[in-house]
Amino acid sequence: MPHRTFFWFILPTALAMILFIGLPIVSSFFQSLHIENEQVLMEVENCDPFGCTTNVRVDVEATEKIEAENPLGRFNGFGTYTDRNHLAFDEIEEAWDNTSSIGEFKDIVLNLPFYKALLFTLTFCFAVTPPVIVLGFIVALSVNTLAKSLKGLIVFGTILPMIVTPLIGSLVLFWMIDSQGIIGASIQILFDDPNLSLKASSNLTWITLIIYGIWHNTPFAFVVFYAALQTVPQDPLEAAYIDGATRFERVRFIVIPHLYPVATFIMLICLMDNFRVFEPIIGFSAEGVAQSLSWMIYQDLRNENKMLFGSAGATSMLTILGIAFLLTPVLIRTWKEFKTER
Amino acid sequence: MKKLIIALLISFASTSVFAGSHSPCGVTSGSINILANEFTTYRIFMDEVKSCAGPDADFNVTHSVDHNKLQVAALSANPAEFSAKLVTNGSITPLMNDGLIRPLDDLVAKYGSNLNDNQKITIDGKIYAVAFMANAQHLWYRESILNDLGIAVPSTYEEVIAAAEKIKAAGVMENPYAGAFKSGWNLGQEFVNMYLGHGGEFFISGTAQPNVNNEKGVAALNVIKKLTELSNPDFLTQDTNAVKEEWESGNVALMHIWNSGAASLLDDEGDQNIKADTRLAPSPTVGGGNKPATTLWWDGIAIATNTSDENAESSFRALVGAASSTDLANNNPNATVWLIKGYTPGDTAGPVVDAASRGTTPYPSFPHMSLMHGALSTELVEFLQGNESAEKALADVEAAYIAKATEQGFL
Repeated sequence: MPHRTFFWFILPTALAMILFIGLPIVSSFFQSLHIENEQVLMEVENCDPFGCTTNVRVDVEATEKIEAENPLGRFNGFGTYTDRNHLAFDEIEEAWDNTSSIGEFKDIVLNLPFYKALLFTLTFCFAVTPPVIVLGFIVALSVNTLAKSLKGLIVFGTILPMIVTPLIGSLVLFWMIDSQGIIGASIQILFDDPNLSLKASSNLTWITLIIYGIWHNTPFAFVVFYAALQTVPQDPLEAAYIDGATRFERVRFIVIPHLYPVATFIMLICLMDNFRVFEPIIGFSAEGVAQSLSWMIYQDLRNENKMLFGSAGATSMLTILGIAFLLTPVLIRTWKEFKTER
Repeated sequence: MKKLIIALLISFASTSVFAGSHSPCGVTSGSINILANEFTTYRIFMDEVKSCAGPDADFNVTHSVDHNKLQVAALSANPAEFSAKLVTNGSITPLMNDGLIRPLDDLVAKYGSNLNDNQKITIDGKIYAVAFMANAQHLWYRESILNDLGIAVPSTYEEVIAAAEKIKAAGVMENPYAGAFKSGWNLGQEFVNMYLGHGGEFFISGTAQPNVNNEKGVAALNVIKKLTELSNPDFLTQDTNAVKEEWESGNVALMHIWNSGAASLLDDEGDQNIKADTRLAPSPTVGGGNKPATTLWWDGIAIATNTSDENAESSFRALVGAASSTDLANNNPNATVWLIKGYTPGDTAGPVVDAASRGTTPYPSFPHMSLMHGALSTELVEFLQGNESAEKALADVEAAYIAKATEQGFL
């Protein structure tokens, strides 16, 4: 494609991306460098049904005046990034100086909110993505061999987990794993332990979330693999068949190499998606034991009475960096393949 | 404190005529759009507000348990997304901090002739809210279960724990205690109760510096830990509504939840045997303290600053009509403890009146309290799971609070 044609072809997309992705990122970054203006407090007398007390309140007028002079808030540089609720440089340095063993140091670091969330996010990413690719591939292979009349229905059924809104899907599962729900009760009977609860221990909650993640993401891998399977050339397959290759060998030596780039693509999207894991945490009420980076942003914007824009902005930036970091190896690989193909 | 008791015990001669003042009900202009928490008493209250607004009014109400998380953003917009908000002494501070609710003196003068004086929430001499009910968390117990085992009604948390252990040991129930320990606001509130019960102060006096990592904080956490060990293992996922379900399923013999829970626990739905066996008791003291380990709350109405005067007036009229409706209070005497004029307290008001008369602390209304509550919400979980010490958990609370308060400009 000539560069000129390409430019006009990409222009609308590029504009939309700058407007809806680029600018918000720049704006978030800008906000993450600022913190709120100082709050002016004053003493007042409050009276309510329980009596009158002297209390402090924010002097709204004085605070508004400061706000009008300095609408962005106070410039804090990368202070928010390095505070305890984010990268926590000071706390880590202190832990490094004051601990005698790596285990102790690890405990302190993983107790800091950002690293705790990062640990869960990464665990989720790497525990969910490989099974999704393998399962998606197996399901696609199986569906592909079905009789034509059945295919439509089965394909629909298979992609259902993806159609269900994540929050609803996780809520449904949350009630099913309740100690009185069908899965929870069955597990109690199976292990003969009336106190076994999937919601109570952090390990079991993590496993539940990961299984949910696999269930929810597999249809995506399936759909992509299934589409790609339709493009597998039939000639080599038939030749292999005539040469006496088993089904496994045909898949191993013809289908898999053909689908390899597709698997890379699925891995890319899955890693990116799972790094943003959020809805299942809310659906499973798992905030207590499993926090992700996205959940931290939500917490800053929703769970506080006042929105912590700076903090949320900083976590967003770190999330973007995290995704970029995670995808770099895959992207480098794709780029190399792209170049060798040329 | 006295005011409340007087208001509750003395039944005012009620005059249903709004003499010399405008009748609030029957709104015909402006639109009413209210944001409110979600529980049965509020539903009852809102029915009255709707009927006061009348059939011609443009009336909308949004009930959400996430009202606290929504309110600042929703009312900061101009025009605000809601014209009115049901607030409590906890949720009013973030709105006051940003000047998002308006003074109501002129509207009260015009439409509030039938209000008790103690319904008017005055801050710095101006009325910012009109309270209509008082609420507190207190003890609930199953009478037959306590009687069968010869347990006296507990009046301290030490007795609650002993009673629950006895019920468990007798094999009557696996998890006899319940409280709203859901990680998040509820868990934070449990700590607030227990810490105040131990006589703790959240901030170093006169500053916004945190002050929870001390002996009282550790003692409070240890009591909570013991209670959770006698609770359903899923306690970290159970909010008040989930606890009520446990109660109605007969899985629990002792719980510490809101007085307003009576509206749904003592209604005609569900197992009537359990209902007949349900008793209310004052909130227990803890650690040898003399104040019950709970907090006093009022619930009231507030009007958004960023809404037109017309909407503000019509919203206020409908809401204040309900907040001064003696019929509403006396037709639902057990739904909550109403602060409305002419209300004769029902059978369930006792524990709240008791809490007020024993000097229970109202929920702290410092501007930075919500940040402290937020830090408590997330940092206590690991201690309750046995993964960290009480001191470490409280140190984390203070550190998380300091980071947030610094960003918010309080420190």
